[in-house]
Amino acid sequence: MIKRSHFKSNGLAYLLITPQVLVTLAFFYWPAIQGLLQSLMLSDPFGRRSQFVWFENFVRIFTDILYLKSVGITLFFSLAVAFTSIIFGMTLGCLANRALRAKALIRTLLIWPYAVAPAISGILWLFLLHPAYGVVAYFLKNVVGMDWNPLLNGNDALFLVVIASAWKQVSYNFVFFMAGLQAIPHSLIEAAAIDGAGPLRRFWVITFPLLSPTIFFLTVMNIIYAFFETFGVIHAVTQGGPGGATNTLVYKVYQDGFVGLNMGASAAQSLVLMALIITVTVLQFRFVERRVQYTT
Amino acid sequence: MKGKRGSTFIAVMLAMVLLAGQSFAEPITIEWWHAMRGARGETLDKMVKAFNDSQTEYKVVATNKGDYGEVVNAGVAAYRAKKHPHILMSFEVGTMTMMLSGAIYPVYQLMADQGFKIDWSSYLQAVLSYYVDEKNNLLSMPFNSSTAVMYYNVDLFKKAGLDMPSKTVPLTWEQMAEITKKLVAAGAKKGLVTTWQSWIQIENYSAMHDIPFASKANGYEGLDCELMINNPKVVGHLERLKSWMADGRFSYEGREYQGPNAAFVAGDAAIMMESVSGIGNVNKNAKFAWDIAPLPVEADMKQPQNSIIGGASLWVMKGHPKEHYKGVAAFMNFLAQTDMQELWHMETGYFPITTKAYESLKTKGFFDKIPYQEVGIKQLNRTVPNKNSRGIRLGYFVQIRNILDEEMELIWNGSKTAQQAMADAVKRGNDKLREFEKTNK
Repeated sequence: MIKRSHFKSNGLAYLLITPQVLVTLAFFYWPAIQGLLQSLMLSDPFGRRSQFVWFENFVRIFTDILYLKSVGITLFFSLAVAFTSIIFGMTLGCLANRALRAKALIRTLLIWPYAVAPAISGILWLFLLHPAYGVVAYFLKNVVGMDWNPLLNGNDALFLVVIASAWKQVSYNFVFFMAGLQAIPHSLIEAAAIDGAGPLRRFWVITFPLLSPTIFFLTVMNIIYAFFETFGVIHAVTQGGPGGATNTLVYKVYQDGFVGLNMGASAAQSLVLMALIITVTVLQFRFVERRVQYTT
Repeated sequence: MKGKRGSTFIAVMLAMVLLAGQSFAEPITIEWWHAMRGARGETLDKMVKAFNDSQTEYKVVATNKGDYGEVVNAGVAAYRAKKHPHILMSFEVGTMTMMLSGAIYPVYQLMADQGFKIDWSSYLQAVLSYYVDEKNNLLSMPFNSSTAVMYYNVDLFKKAGLDMPSKTVPLTWEQMAEITKKLVAAGAKKGLVTTWQSWIQIENYSAMHDIPFASKANGYEGLDCELMINNPKVVGHLERLKSWMADGRFSYEGREYQGPNAAFVAGDAAIMMESVSGIGNVNKNAKFAWDIAPLPVEADMKQPQNSIIGGASLWVMKGHPKEHYKGVAAFMNFLAQTDMQELWHMETGYFPITTKAYESLKTKGFFDKIPYQEVGIKQLNRTVPNKNSRGIRLGYFVQIRNILDEEMELIWNGSKTAQQAMADAVKRGNDKLREFEKTNK
């Protein structure tokens, strides 16, 4: 049963939600509508000339092979970041949950990287993996004998930005997995142990299914993160190169809009991004709501 | 009680009247938004202070608004909100956007309106020419200007038994082929590296070899211009660099300056092509003897043109009260004074903008002490800039440079031939130019 509060008249209720509505209108709807209008226009940055061109900006981006390639790169990149950070977050969560000593310390240390700004994390990884001055890169080239060069090799570059972006998200996921694991009744696991199930089997049959709402929630959150917040990493590490191999959608919006001052094109791209993310969010609500019991 | 309150009121009123009277005598504030940070920012502040101390009518307030892109963006947003500064710094690739913005007061007009009779011919022409309109009128005041030169590791040159290159006569690319071969054979890990590949290997290469980068006089004479970089010379040059990658004579170290710089100062790369504004960095970090030579040219280029500049200029923005512009003009005039220009060059390495300041530095023997500081100026001044070498003026130039970077990376990693990459770059760049043309019709 969902609880309902009843007000005698609706007036007070409306009054109470007014501030929130105003904030949403001013900081979400107003800019979104501006963006929508901008995407239908060609205009110079200073706002002197603008002409209404209907969907020309959209036609232009969707007939651009490189834009479509960038959509593909973004999807791959987001999935790779989400997958990597969830796997590591879950593994660390499970391990830390079983830690016998200094549990709080271990937890704190594992949450730490979340406080690092994406651009800084990008730079840190670049220092490790830059072909000219990276320590790990030196090791890869001279000891392992690998031809590591993210400046020229698109796959190397993509790998580098995925690692740098996923790294700090591991902490975020870790927190949620810790919480999720603590909500799993011990009796279930003990019962399984008595029935002779080994640790791996207990994980797959009990822990993993009970974590599934957490996993799904995190998948969505991580994909949103990878879509929007990895800009700093890419800007610091590859600038979208080599040859566009790490040019994600949000980086392209920045390049075209902020640096290139091409307002119409970048507004159209932002709308496409917004549509993509709304789709993902709708999917989340459809899917998660079916599995999660909000009230018992 | 009542009487006391009354007297307080009168006192406050009096104070207000007095303060208001005071404000008439207060100097007019002139806002300047710029992108100079670190040591450059400090020198800039010194110049501003010198101006503020030199008179009482105006007070220039210089504010750093971030990097080049951020400064222009701040200016755009402020202009739309009618809160823009008097002077806005914009990087050279943003020239077209600023020019067509309708938000600017051309510098030549400003100076004439305010009664400053400036002999523009006493300025370094290769610097001015980047910022003039098609009638040769100056639109923005050049501020920090640099050009690309060739840094080389003297120790590695000696080790390979090579003669040191001249500081005035450029090497030919044929000689470069031999030199890099010998350097690599003598143990240099990398022969040649380059920063800002589009600016140096295509834009400057085209200017020095007198080849158009784009039609309509590199875009100066019309928005309906098209890129022309898929010509045999540029393609041949890029092909050559690509072929040098096989034996380490050329190595790609990234789009900007960090990677190539790291390779050079670590002693891995024997030669680096980089802006003169990088002198400070190399000076601080290189643990070996190094020197500077002009950029190489093709052997058939007996009289190479000047190289082109990079950097930023100062745009005066419209919409302020008339009396403010007198101060803006006075400040622009002050910045161009010989002592200011000398200070700027000596502390930052950016070029002085007047020939007078250059001559004065020469007479003072500054270049005898630090001869490599003069290589760039000489390269910039060796000819009268012509239509191919005075600069490049394209809409969406920032994105076009991005396209060039992408396509060049596809050459370096072997995905495309130089011919194919440049043909694609022209096609993609022209799309941007058409979009810009349509927006600004």
